[in-house]
Amino acid sequence: MMPLLIAPLSGFVFGLGLAVSRMIDPVKVTDFLDVTGFWDPSLALVMAAALAVTLVCFRLILRRTTPVAAERFDIPTRTDIDRKLVTGAALFGTGWGMTGYCPGPAVASLGFWSLDSLVVLSSILAGVGLHWLIFKS
Amino acid sequence: MENFSPVSALTGGALIGLAASLLLLFNGRIAGISGILAGSLFLRRQERWWRLLFLAGMVAGASLYQHFGGDLSEARTGYPLPLLIIGGLLVGFGTRLGSGCTSGHGVCGLARHSPRSIVATLVFMAFGGISVYLARHVFGLWS
Repeated sequence: MMPLLIAPLSGFVFGLGLAVSRMIDPVKVTDFLDVTGFWDPSLALVMAAALAVTLVCFRLILRRTTPVAAERFDIPTRTDIDRKLVTGAALFGTGWGMTGYCPGPAVASLGFWSLDSLVVLSSILAGVGLHWLIFKS
Repeated sequence: MENFSPVSALTGGALIGLAASLLLLFNGRIAGISGILAGSLFLRRQERWWRLLFLAGMVAGASLYQHFGGDLSEARTGYPLPLLIIGGLLVGFGTRLGSGCTSGHGVCGLARHSPRSIVATLVFMAFGGISVYLARHVFGLWS
């Protein structure tokens, strides 16, 4: 039962963080990626602050043998760099630059009226579905 | 540089890190939004619940911020529709093929010193930069 209470709480704080940091604003995102033009370094600070917290917390948390409310840690174990990883990241980066949306902000934008984000989220879901049809994962 | 917003960026970033830490500490799960989104659609019913609740929480978080005076109104108007559609498809397909996005690789994976996440983050950042450069400055699709 407890994991079903923690999930929305964590999601809530995550969505709030995306809004407070303004990373939910696609203009902020494309301006961050626009190094040669209108560069706005804010996104670098968002990632730096998020990482500062996770670097310390993850290290402490993963000293435990089990999570507080679940049987085991469910974390990726692969370490190989394969073609799928690199190709996927390249395609994602291209789409991120084209739209100004990565999946988090596209979802959180449902919290207020934004036509652009609805178009992007629908397309993201179609892309996820396409991957499912081809790879069954 | 005139739109630089360091305080809100650091505060919001810390909240994102806190959210990811909460999910790992209690549920033992990685807060990777692309994976959670895909799982909420395609996994077995009992595996979907926490993911759907997490996503609903995200929507509520952004909604509450807007409700209490944070301005999230759309600043961008007349953005080319084909860019949004094709770009969205690439984000959806690419994050599944590459096993993660800004959150799963960029925030959680880097914190675990995962070599796959380090490579993925460098690649999507680089391609994001190239993509904006081409769309905005070379092809002039938007300004």
